[in-house]
Amino acid sequence: MREISLPLPWSTVGKISVRLQAASRGVWRLIKEKPLGAFGGVIVLVLLLCALLAPWIATHPYDQTNVRNRLKPPSAQFYLGTDNLGRDIFSRIIYGARVSVTVGFGAVSIGMFLATFVGVGSGYFGGKADVLVQRLVDSWMAIPGLLLLLNVMAVLGPGLLNVILALGVVSAARNSRIIRSATLAIKGNQFIEAARAVGANHLRIIVRYVLPNIMAPIIIIATISLGFAILTESALSFLGLGVPPPYPSWGEMLSGSGRSYMHKAPWMATWPGVAISLAVFGFNMLGDALRDLLDPRLRGGRLVRR
Amino acid sequence: MRQYVLKRLLLVVPTLILISLIVFTLNHMLPGDVVVLMFEEKAYAKDLDALRAKLGLDRPLYMQYFSWIGQVTGGDLGESLWTKRPVLEEIMHRLPVSLKLGAMAIAVSLCIALPIGVLSAIRQDTLKDYAARSAAIVGLSVPPFWKATLVIVLPSIWFGWAPPLQFTPFSEHPWQNLSQFILPAIILGIAPGASIMRLTRALMLEVLRQDYIRTAWSKGMREPRVVLKHAFKNAIIPVITIVGIQVAEIASGTVIMETIFGLPGMGRFLVDAIFQRDYPVVQGVILLTSLITVVINLLVDMTYAQLDPRIRYQ
Repeated sequence: MREISLPLPWSTVGKISVRLQAASRGVWRLIKEKPLGAFGGVIVLVLLLCALLAPWIATHPYDQTNVRNRLKPPSAQFYLGTDNLGRDIFSRIIYGARVSVTVGFGAVSIGMFLATFVGVGSGYFGGKADVLVQRLVDSWMAIPGLLLLLNVMAVLGPGLLNVILALGVVSAARNSRIIRSATLAIKGNQFIEAARAVGANHLRIIVRYVLPNIMAPIIIIATISLGFAILTESALSFLGLGVPPPYPSWGEMLSGSGRSYMHKAPWMATWPGVAISLAVFGFNMLGDALRDLLDPRLRGGRLVRR
Repeated sequence: MRQYVLKRLLLVVPTLILISLIVFTLNHMLPGDVVVLMFEEKAYAKDLDALRAKLGLDRPLYMQYFSWIGQVTGGDLGESLWTKRPVLEEIMHRLPVSLKLGAMAIAVSLCIALPIGVLSAIRQDTLKDYAARSAAIVGLSVPPFWKATLVIVLPSIWFGWAPPLQFTPFSEHPWQNLSQFILPAIILGIAPGASIMRLTRALMLEVLRQDYIRTAWSKGMREPRVVLKHAFKNAIIPVITIVGIQVAEIASGTVIMETIFGLPGMGRFLVDAIFQRDYPVVQGVILLTSLITVVINLLVDMTYAQLDPRIRYQ
């Protein structure tokens, strides 16, 4: 009998199919046990699709101005109406998903990396360094979040990359606290001691034994932080210190022009708000359901808020 | 108790020092081009070097810090570049507005959170419970600045009425002044209220499952008495700590509410100062707000220890 040649060895194929099965079971459990969480997941999926496929979904370019089409109410040509410069609001909202998703995932990647680094390090090694780091985290958390962000943005200046950086760094402190306590809970286990006994070094213990065991809280915090990041980005852009034009940020659409025309063209001040609320709601619901399913210990905790 | 208070007070010192370091570093690491921009846009000094000297950027960083911290502990937050008046004086004019808004928002959040949280817990997994929990998540998801926009837009479309956005001082027209705070306070209180409601519900559920509650039921006590007198009193204690955490969140929210509703408080001052590139004011506002947050949290922790002896004797 001849060997069938596969691009991958059998063992890898087996592992992948086991993973896929586990994932589909997980999704099924989410739908069955947490319908609202699954609903949040659907919203998140739609958001991601909008961001990915924006040029194909949008009916107009997001920055196409046309004075003749100023402040048009919603119609078949402009699904959600036009703004004071004659730009199609529907298309701007679809492209706005790109901004939100970019800021969200960028900031959360930075924030979670920092939080995990600090939280695991501080919790695993303990000692004087832990005490010092925790005091720093305390102080960081005592400064009201939006104020700290505003200050960082005032120093860096508005800009997409700056928002991502600032949001990531500012959100890291609180998350590192949660990751630290998860690490502390894992650290006392016997399998850590056993790993040490067979001569594993700290790096190996952290990577092979600690990190996989705190994956659940990390995933949950990341999901909820995504909602937080989108909400906060919109607040910053609303105040004029976030993502600058011509990027169509939802928060920016609600500020200045959106508010000065809100009596003449209420749709201008309506739809971007709906978009932000839906996106944040989706991540909150999904995060909440994941928390209940993955890590019952964290139940009764807090949600994102601004 | 005295030992606990001392320990807690000692912890505040390094926190305050670190906060001052964070705020200081942030505002004194100004990129060179920002100083150039400040000079070109606002002309705060005769030439670039004079502006640098005014901001204290001409000396080594650690020396700047020590002289600055010396001034700050003496109550001198420097001088505003924009209004040319002492920062502390400017802040003190505006602090009462922000404090009033914040206090009202906390009151609103507690008024929403406690009854609904308790109700949600004693009617767990009923329609009421689901409705309350969903409402809480919606309340947390809708951005406050959009809630505020809707509150201003919708009544004007429906009834041709809009809330007043011109500020009236309390001394001139007390009633009108208060009514101006009510809308922003309600909007600001919704999100913290939702957080507190979720916590209240979780804590009530925990307490309601305990033996002494079963004893109370089996003695034939009526529901209001069991729930309010026996369960609520014990469940409420940890809620106090989350109120402390919410103070920082509410301080953040006042910035947005003051900007939208035209209230001349610290938050709006901060936003204005940022656009005026008035860094001494930015630094002062953030330092003072953080100080207030720390002090309120200290008071919250002490109250907590006073109410729950388990904390003191840990």
